[in-house]
Amino acid sequence: MNIPDYLPGLFNYWVSVILMMTGLYVVISRSNLVKKLVGLNLFQTSVFLFYITMGKVQGGTAPILDAKFSVYSNPVPHVLILTAIVVGIATTSLGLSLVVRIRRAYDTIEEEDISEIESLERLKSAQEKGS
Amino acid sequence: MSPENLLLLLLLIPLIGGVAIVITGRIPNVREGATLITAGALFWTVLQLLPIVMGGAQPELHLWKMMPGLSLTLKADALGMVFALVASGLWIINSIYSIGYMRGNKEKNQTRFYLCFALALSSVMGIAMASNLLTLFVFYEVLTLVTFPLVTHHGTEKAKKAGRTYLGILLATSVGLQLLAILLTWIITGSLDFTEGGILAGKADGVIVGILLFLYMYGIGKAALMPIHRWLPAAMVAPTPVSALLHAVAVVKAGVFSVVRIVVHVFGIDLLANNAYSEWLLYVSGGTILIASTIALFQDNLKRRLAYSTISQLSYVVMATAILTPISVVGAIFHIMAHAFGKITLFFAAGSIYTAAHKTEISQLDGIGRKMPWTMGAFAVGSLCMVGLPPTAGFISKWHMLVGALQSDQLVVVAILSGSSLLAASYLFPIVFRAFFKAPPPVEDPHHDHGEAPLPIVIALTSTAALTIALFFFHEIPLTLAKMVTGLMVIP
Amino acid sequence: MIAANHYPILQVIVPLMAAPLCVIVRNNIIVRYVATLASWIALFIATQLMMRVMDDGPIRYVLGGWAAPLGIEYRIDLLNAFLLIIITIIGALVSIYGRFPVEKEIPESRVYLYYTVYLLALSGLLGMTVTGDMFNQFVYLEVAALSSYTLIAIGSSYRINRKALVASFRYLVLGTIGGTFFVIGIGLIYMATGALNLLDMAARIQELGGVADSRTLQVALAFLIVGLGLKMALFPLHLWQPEAYTQSPSSVSVFLAATATKVAVYLMMRVLFTVFGSVDLFATTMFDEALLILAVMAMFVGSLSAIWQVNLKRLLAYSSIAQIGYIILGVSIGNKMALAGSIVHMFNHALIKGALFMAVGAVFYRVGSSTLDDMRGLGKQMPLTMAAFTTAGLSLIGVPLTAGFISKWYLVTGVLQSGHWLVAILILFSSLLAIFYIWKIIEVAYFQSAPADAQPVSDPPLSMLLPMWGLTLLAVYFGIDAETTGLISQMAAEYLLGGGQ
Repeated sequence: MNIPDYLPGLFNYWVSVILMMTGLYVVISRSNLVKKLVGLNLFQTSVFLFYITMGKVQGGTAPILDAKFSVYSNPVPHVLILTAIVVGIATTSLGLSLVVRIRRAYDTIEEEDISEIESLERLKSAQEKGS
Repeated sequence: MSPENLLLLLLLIPLIGGVAIVITGRIPNVREGATLITAGALFWTVLQLLPIVMGGAQPELHLWKMMPGLSLTLKADALGMVFALVASGLWIINSIYSIGYMRGNKEKNQTRFYLCFALALSSVMGIAMASNLLTLFVFYEVLTLVTFPLVTHHGTEKAKKAGRTYLGILLATSVGLQLLAILLTWIITGSLDFTEGGILAGKADGVIVGILLFLYMYGIGKAALMPIHRWLPAAMVAPTPVSALLHAVAVVKAGVFSVVRIVVHVFGIDLLANNAYSEWLLYVSGGTILIASTIALFQDNLKRRLAYSTISQLSYVVMATAILTPISVVGAIFHIMAHAFGKITLFFAAGSIYTAAHKTEISQLDGIGRKMPWTMGAFAVGSLCMVGLPPTAGFISKWHMLVGALQSDQLVVVAILSGSSLLAASYLFPIVFRAFFKAPPPVEDPHHDHGEAPLPIVIALTSTAALTIALFFFHEIPLTLAKMVTGLMVIP
Repeated sequence: MIAANHYPILQVIVPLMAAPLCVIVRNNIIVRYVATLASWIALFIATQLMMRVMDDGPIRYVLGGWAAPLGIEYRIDLLNAFLLIIITIIGALVSIYGRFPVEKEIPESRVYLYYTVYLLALSGLLGMTVTGDMFNQFVYLEVAALSSYTLIAIGSSYRINRKALVASFRYLVLGTIGGTFFVIGIGLIYMATGALNLLDMAARIQELGGVADSRTLQVALAFLIVGLGLKMALFPLHLWQPEAYTQSPSSVSVFLAATATKVAVYLMMRVLFTVFGSVDLFATTMFDEALLILAVMAMFVGSLSAIWQVNLKRLLAYSSIAQIGYIILGVSIGNKMALAGSIVHMFNHALIKGALFMAVGAVFYRVGSSTLDDMRGLGKQMPLTMAAFTTAGLSLIGVPLTAGFISKWYLVTGVLQSGHWLVAILILFSSLLAIFYIWKIIEVAYFQSAPADAQPVSDPPLSMLLPMWGLTLLAVYFGIDAETTGLISQMAAEYLLGGGQ
């Protein structure tokens, strides 16, 4: 059987792309705000994976200088992604704290419920103005 | 004082006057004094420039660089002088009139009124003296904005609506069309400076000239070519001095002045005369004259009738320019002046009737000439000027237009001119007839009967009527200026 | 002076270090002075940098002695020096303006936190602008973004102003997606070129023969543009923006509306022109046509939506979407005049929108609402505020002798030069739409009298009036005398089109 070489050769990209799309789908389709954040995390993680695998060099070792090795993996993407992970954590924690506050303010963390509450409020204020 | 400084003074005097008006706003007598002194000083400055320009010089003043490669520049030339003379001269008379009118009708916000007037005059001077398209455009837009508070002076719902129409049409046309035309001119020629014989001459031909002409003519909403004339009747909600000076003289004349300026100094008469795509202007303006005159016939509100008369008279200027012979352009330029004197007189009379008798409709004017002989006498003189009969200035401009039309065998124009004169006679003379020869309605309450309007109003309207006649006899200076513009007279 | 050599890093460090200081001090009054001082120092540094760039050309500053491409390099040319000026002018004025609105709209226990986060946002925006390293740009982008989310939500406690929380959350989700797209783009470019430094990238891309042959680079560019499009609220990626500007505290709306989206536009300019070399790029791909269409749609959708709004903050937010359209339009045309128009409009629009949001903030401070109905009679009651609003509004419309006119002049000239006649007409007519929404407000404020049961109000305190009028006068001044801004923009545009070498 002939497998086109972009399937196994680009295996890491396929994983990233599938994870990324799953994440985006979760963000868009879920009404629960915490689940949205989970999706967002998945989405970001796929990019971390993408960066980390990008630095891998076939047959290379960890980039520690030693006389025995001549081929190293590229350390730069790894270092970059450390920063990106920090950013991701900050985003997640900020998002979660917002969710906590939203629950306190609306008594729900479902986006649909929040939209409903807001449209009811708008209706009410419009009626007050009308009368 | 050097001519350049005089140019600067033209802009600054009304501005300084505006500041003085605001400072002295709490003491009406001093405030009105400030207005009069400012108007006088402005006219005096224009008079100082007059002999210099008539001597053939064209003093120029760079104000400042607005953008890299583009600056605001003033230059006094013959065409600009005509406009500046009319506007500044009539401002004095109009200020006297305003004092009588605003006090007689106990209007509110008078300080704002006088301030906006001063600012409007400053931008009118800028338009008159602009030496490139950018400068012209800048002051043109400023004039629209500073006259907006004047149009909406009463702050009523009706004024608000009129203000919308006014601003909407004037800004939409100038930003949508005129600015586009200016930018196209800039890209085609690389220059925006008005030049003898036209910037576009030799650099554009064919359809593009026709398109540019369309963009310019409809971009100048202030010239009130149909169908973008609606702002002018709308603007009649303003107090009458505004209608008189701005919407019979300064603003609308800024429009037709720009038309003449652009035809002569941007396109060049020769370029347009040899271009097949520029003929439409003649018919559009001719049509505007006839349609507007016909509409005027059916207006019962005096100010509205006068407004439609203005629309048709403005198109006289446009049409005379569009005949594209030097002699007709002379007629156009002279008509800017002649119509100004005549129409301001008519508006003064309308305001005078409103102040004394609180009447706005023509059907109410039976026999009013007996109570207000000065007002209605002046009205009669103004009417003669609109129709174009001697001994008023209107005759001279119409004469030049006719000569130009005959020279270029434009018999259509001759027909339009005579037809519209008849129309003008039939929408104005019946008012005079009604005022003098019909019996006044019985007075219900003799205590509330009225006589002539307050003295400042009477002084103002008789003097403009007198000027309308005087201009017929003493037309030397304006005609010379107009001929200098068209190259019919060359100052060595 | 030794410090003078380190201005590029001090530009970022000063607000960045002032932020933790604020947390340590925790005294609302002292913190306010610290934030104000830091903002004004930043402004001072930005002007110094601008003067040096004007005199000696681009500045290269190597961080920590590690030369590029290994280390991170800060690189300042005319374009980002100009951006720095925009950000710091707004920052400096907002720091003064904010005092009273912040006291009113933000719970007292959080006021010092507001100043802390504001300083972080400021340093994030400044960092994004000065750095010459793309990954560094991403980090600062996220610093600015995270602090913006916080700023938007900071005024909300329990049920009071709870909509801000939702607005902030939605912005967080979309902003994070945008930021992540940006990183993906960077990663792909890094794969193809092995470079992170902007100039390095540009050189390698040129060696590779441009974008046309490399699928990787094309995908990278697409990711970058979508990511930045989200950040700058380019139509149709603008959905987060109106609510975010509407629900946030007044001083935050001013700051974000005037600066945040501009910096995203700046990043896009860098990507398109410096890194990818637009001349090649636009000739071989369809990116410019795509951007052009989006920009034109943004102009109309933004303006038309603004016309129907009754909340002034939301109205101005929609207007910003339209204005971003104008800026991107100039970018997509990509000739000197159009690009100069974009650059000068970033500056002018920051001044104009800053002034407008300040005026609306002042109304909110006095009246407690920013809906159209509550504007009735304010022309008489708050004359100075409404005069500033009217003047800045005229500038937004683009009346001559105001800054907006200059932008329009450049933009339309550029568009006409490129032969897009129809687009030029569309620009002019869409700018007329601004008349509708600005005039709607002016009519209500000046032609309707205040309702009988309303409390009489007056102009806000001087610390709000002065910055508001400062920006308003600048928005007029740079329309009367655009020699400087015009020249800087033209030179910056020329430099960008030359590949920024």
